[in-house]
Amino acid sequence: MAVSQSRDQLEEQIDQWRGYLRRHQAISPADVEELEDHLRGQVATLTGAGLSADEAFLVAVKRLGALDAISNEFAREHSERLWKQLVVAQAPSGEAKREYRKEFMVVLALAVAAALAVKVPELFGVELSGTDDRETMFYVRNFSLFVLPLLTGYFVWKRGVTARTWGWLALLFVVALVVANIYPFQPDSDTAALTALHLPIALWLVVGVAYVGGRWRDSGRRMDFVRFSGELFIYYVLIALGGGVLIGFTMGMFEAIGIDAEWMVEDWLVPCGALGAVIIGSWLVEAKQSVIENMAPVLTRLFTPLFAATLLIFLATMAWTGRGIDIERNILIAFDLLLVLVFGMLLYSVSARDREAPRDLGDLLLVVLVICALITDGVALAAIGARISEFGFTPNRVAALGENVVLLVNLAVSAGLYVRFMRGRGSFAALERWQMAYLPVYAVWAAVVVVLFPLIFGFA
Amino acid sequence: MDINKDLVAASATPLVLAILTEGDSYGYAILKRVSELSDGGLEWTDGMLYPVLHRLERQGHIEGRWGSSETGRRRKYYRITGQGREQLREHRQQWQTVDSALRNIWLSVWIPLGPACKPVWQGG
Repeated sequence: MAVSQSRDQLEEQIDQWRGYLRRHQAISPADVEELEDHLRGQVATLTGAGLSADEAFLVAVKRLGALDAISNEFAREHSERLWKQLVVAQAPSGEAKREYRKEFMVVLALAVAAALAVKVPELFGVELSGTDDRETMFYVRNFSLFVLPLLTGYFVWKRGVTARTWGWLALLFVVALVVANIYPFQPDSDTAALTALHLPIALWLVVGVAYVGGRWRDSGRRMDFVRFSGELFIYYVLIALGGGVLIGFTMGMFEAIGIDAEWMVEDWLVPCGALGAVIIGSWLVEAKQSVIENMAPVLTRLFTPLFAATLLIFLATMAWTGRGIDIERNILIAFDLLLVLVFGMLLYSVSARDREAPRDLGDLLLVVLVICALITDGVALAAIGARISEFGFTPNRVAALGENVVLLVNLAVSAGLYVRFMRGRGSFAALERWQMAYLPVYAVWAAVVVVLFPLIFGFA
Repeated sequence: MDINKDLVAASATPLVLAILTEGDSYGYAILKRVSELSDGGLEWTDGMLYPVLHRLERQGHIEGRWGSSETGRRRKYYRITGQGREQLREHRQQWQTVDSALRNIWLSVWIPLGPACKPVWQGG
């Protein structure tokens, strides 16, 4: 009885030790097994020499040496293990492997479906690369509708949302489809272009609802979706770079044998690839979530000081030389982009920050960046406001102004909360909550532009 | 007795290769054999043996394969390769050169061996 008890205890100790060993990245599971065999050999020898199981375990572990030192040695021999690898084909065995295969097949099917969806209208005679403007506008308005429902489907499948949520999601996509195609837009219509631009933004938030598995009130899950979006963007850019290389080779090689491959690239590779890549990119981000460090916050950290310095110098120059902002037609859009950029940097800094960490230089730079952006935008708005009647209220200008206000409100409140945090009067979590609570505002504004603007401005 | 770290590192390769020339073996048995050969004088930190084995495996001097122990658990056995034997021959020549040089110099100088033999002028 006592012997079996001490044996159980030994197994438990070895279990704990194994778990601890596994946390070292440089030591692979096979190494752990090899070291465990060693440990058991040593324990057997020592208990054979008269030590109790407890003592034998302690001595054996001690003889094995400090784990950190061993881990360092392993890292020296297997330096490749310190590079976290996203090996798509490598999955655990058994049940997990089957799950993994199944997911891959679903993703592949959805990606192919997205790639083919864009070709379906051609069956009905709407040419993708046609010269007819109406046909081109059809694709521009609808491009998000070729892929985002499928992406939503992926998350619905993966997260298993309730039938109720499922119904709402389907309804929203149907509404989007109807609005984008039933409105009688005039030729060269500004509101049609605005619809094309804002529909993806509104629908992206719909994807978000599926991404969080219907728990969209949970601000932690919302933040996960923000992180997902940032990583997907970076993956998408990388995939696009690879696609560019593929296209270059395709064109060049067929040119070498005197065949023009342009139609293949224009009609198939680019549109099908661009849509399929959204699904594949999303799946990669899902798969790598915990494997590789998030890239968006790293880029943010890198560029926050640079943008803060640029804006500071810009403001100083403006004050010093007394030059006003040159008001021309597209100035509002330029400042919208500035706010979007600063907002993105703020959002991704927030997404990566440890809430409990003390204030540091990075926080200060971020506050400087946000305040500079607010001042710059304020100066621009004041200049534009004075002359807005002169330019007239076109749909483009109202949309740009609305966006500016939406972002300005967010940044102003964020700046306030951030300053409170910096002065030790508020918590960082408050800033995070504010950002997450504000997310639906973007979707609502985008939906207003899509649905109401064409009606208000007579489809002009 | 504490043996200088560099010396341990330098002698590890020929020792492991030579022990594997005696027959296929696995980590713990190799360590026991080292201890036996040196009468317990050469004590390695056990964990450090494995990175050495993996390096030799990567260099192609030895080959590893998973088998099972007497108790049925998985155990990794190592076998020396032809290239490993060649490497061992080289090591042996190098060590013999070092050994004979040291032997010759020990004959012509006198230094006390071990802490027990204090020099006479300190013995009082």
